[in-house]
Amino acid sequence: MTQPPASAFDLTVNGTRHALTVDNRTSLLDLLRERLRLTGTKKGCDHGQCGACTVLVDGRRTNACLTLAVTLDGREVTTVEGLADGDDLHPVQQAFLDHDAFQCGYCTPGQICSAVGALDELAQGWPSHVTDDLTGEVEPSAEEVRERMSGNLCRCGAYAHIVTAVQEAAR
Amino acid sequence: MMVLGHDHVRVDGRDKVTGVARYGVEKRPDDALHAWAVRATVARGRVTGIDTEAALATPGVVEVLTWRNAPRLEDADDDELQVLQDDHVAYRGQVVALVVAETLEVAREVASTLDVRYETEPHDVALAIDHPGLYAPEQANAGADTDSARGDVEEGLASSSHVVEAVYETPALFNNPMEPHATVAWWEDGALRMVDSTQGTTPTAQTMATLFGLDEPQVRVTAEHVGGGFGSKGTPKANPVLAAMAAKVTGRPVALAWTRQMMFGLAGYRTPTISRVRLGADADGRLQAISHEAFSQTSRLEEFTEQTAEYVRHMYDSRTALTTHRVTQLDVHTPSWMRAPGECPGAYAIESALDELAHTAGIDPVELRRRNEPEVDPETGAPYSSRQLMACHDRAAELFGWAGRDPRPGVRRDGHWLVGTGVASSSYPAMAAPSGARATALPDGTFRVGVNATDIGTGARTVMLQAAAEELKVEPEQVDLHIADSDLPHGAVAGGSSGSASWGWAVAKACRALRSRMATERVPDEGLEVVVDTAEDLKGRASLARFAYGAQMVEARVDVRTGEVVVPRWVGVFAAGRILNPRTARSQLLGGMTMGLSMALHEEGLLDERFGGWANHDLATYHVAANADVGDLTIEWLPEDDGELGPLRSKGIGEIGIVGAAAAVANAVWHATGVRVRSLPIQPDKLLDRLPG
Ligand code: FES
Ligand code: FES
Repeated sequence: MTQPPASAFDLTVNGTRHALTVDNRTSLLDLLRERLRLTGTKKGCDHGQCGACTVLVDGRRTNACLTLAVTLDGREVTTVEGLADGDDLHPVQQAFLDHDAFQCGYCTPGQICSAVGALDELAQGWPSHVTDDLTGEVEPSAEEVRERMSGNLCRCGAYAHIVTAVQEAAR
Repeated sequence: MMVLGHDHVRVDGRDKVTGVARYGVEKRPDDALHAWAVRATVARGRVTGIDTEAALATPGVVEVLTWRNAPRLEDADDDELQVLQDDHVAYRGQVVALVVAETLEVAREVASTLDVRYETEPHDVALAIDHPGLYAPEQANAGADTDSARGDVEEGLASSSHVVEAVYETPALFNNPMEPHATVAWWEDGALRMVDSTQGTTPTAQTMATLFGLDEPQVRVTAEHVGGGFGSKGTPKANPVLAAMAAKVTGRPVALAWTRQMMFGLAGYRTPTISRVRLGADADGRLQAISHEAFSQTSRLEEFTEQTAEYVRHMYDSRTALTTHRVTQLDVHTPSWMRAPGECPGAYAIESALDELAHTAGIDPVELRRRNEPEVDPETGAPYSSRQLMACHDRAAELFGWAGRDPRPGVRRDGHWLVGTGVASSSYPAMAAPSGARATALPDGTFRVGVNATDIGTGARTVMLQAAAEELKVEPEQVDLHIADSDLPHGAVAGGSSGSASWGWAVAKACRALRSRMATERVPDEGLEVVVDTAEDLKGRASLARFAYGAQMVEARVDVRTGEVVVPRWVGVFAAGRILNPRTARSQLLGGMTMGLSMALHEEGLLDERFGGWANHDLATYHVAANADVGDLTIEWLPEDDGELGPLRSKGIGEIGIVGAAAAVANAVWHATGVRVRSLPIQPDKLLDRLPG
């Protein structure tokens, strides 16, 4: 058997540009974890079913396990490691810490990236399944947050605290 | 200095929200290889051939382990760990080969295409209440008695004014911690080193030492961060064994993680349970008879009997009582611990049956429980160290607004919703296991404390630091705490809600001993060290019944159009000794109740009888509660000063939240609809055509 096909591309991760040649089968998740050794992004299912691998691609939340790395030429990825400003935590990170919005912490990087993306979607007025008024502003009510954060499973059951944390970060 | 009992932010919280915390395979030597397990596609039979030639010829493949070339193992008293030792297939999904490669991509692809041939035999995988293989095991899990009897339960039933007789079922449930089981193993000069996602590095190291014929000090296991376990990482599964074998054969570090699919069948699970319950009460609702016959399954490799009937033994008074456990061996993998084994399915059955009895007898369900409060543990006759069950109910009733509840089912309607409320009790034993600890005073006035706790999300790292600071009478910042390393003195597993009590006991003992030595000795340059163990202290405990208690009250709404159940409001009040850190404690209780909601409404392993496996084996088809499922949760605990629990005066809180939770939901659904669902989960199809018009 021959060597597996690979492709070359450029990717910016947390502000650092990487020139990469990667096995075409490699997911963004495995690129981050195995190649770049950015293990903050977690693998919970590898099938787009849990949200643990959520990162921001050009600012939009994305399941890294469902994204083939070689499709991201020229794109910008932000992971949980890229959210804080030096020692200053991102407001969502701080709110998770303040409200104990996690236990084991394994779903947490995905929850936090997802919350950052969700808050931006809210700010831009994107409606969700539970939004009544599809044209007006959307408030980060508990119901909206629960709905928008339901793609991120937490087996430790920290949901109630996650809602409080995300609402606080929205203020 | 008051540290314990006060709010303290998780000491590892910052690492967890910034992605710095490393779990399982994330922390590993740079030259590590990747392994991928290949699983049996038949439920019973023999492996007749594995074509490893093509696999080995693939660039990047380093080794393919099968039963023919895998290192031989010693017996560690768990046949699930005897992986790749012979050609026998005991269940569908058992590991039959391991592909080891330079990259994950290569390992995964080659594992998925490996040609394995089998000779199959007919299999038997379905539990039934009349399964011909049911037998009485010698004992049930956690040493629970198989059977017990008090008086003549048939006479008790015959003389009762009100009798309830029903069968309650819970399906196979899968722990599914968000971090799948994972191990990195490597060998150094004949010694085994491993990072493992485990609830206890001491037992893992001991088991690995036995399997590989090593002395215990030749194995070192660490588990700095663990992404949940809920019991499934409480005993080693095949992953550390396979990783160590592969590292031995290849001479390189090997990383191995289960996929999510493998978590259904290689990581333990809660057996399906069937409970036949009979309750008899006099006209005033006083129990004359309790009979709980519990049925469950085990594998052909190991016996595991869920102690489902254990809950009621210590819970309610009754003139007569009978409890039994029967188990049958099937061609399945071995069930294991899942959050409150025994108590969880047991409480679902008993707390549901009590609700039925309350209705039959025309007594408020809280009042019925009050009338059956025992003076002493009915099973053992031992006095309770403390028992605030009814105080929990009374406080929950106040918070929930229980008073004046209309007992009639199926009569409250709010638009297209039927509305009801339900209650259940919770209880979980307050256990402690022997642990060691080491405390060292350093000349600069700081301290080092080592205790082999594991923090699987419980907050143990934070609480042990609080305990050490409190006992040393210093600020937490002056203590350097070391946990989750089998090189530390032996530590108990993070299980049975006993972690804090067990490790905390050792920490308190070590710190107290160190302080008393410091009163008379100078701290030398190399530090002053004390090492202790609590085995003797535990033996000296009075024989008392030690349990934590709780009451859960739930509002359920059922959509008459779809049968969908939602739970907008939930109150849980608990009495669990001293609460060591209110912040992490709240999260523990919240987590247990949320998993209970998930059990009540969603979770169900669907058996594929024809092929002998689980038809749903991922998170898209095996549903666990998501954020939108959870409504308003109110959690409180009562002050409780119980001096019979060890130095921390705490009862465990990791499991009690799930105990009774599903019954509270089921009782509320009945109250909303008049439909009694006796087989979890409560899904729309079980309600829809039975709803009142
Ligand atoms: S790991 Fe990507 S969604 Fe679960
Ligand atoms: S914090 Fe453990 S899974 Fe969410």
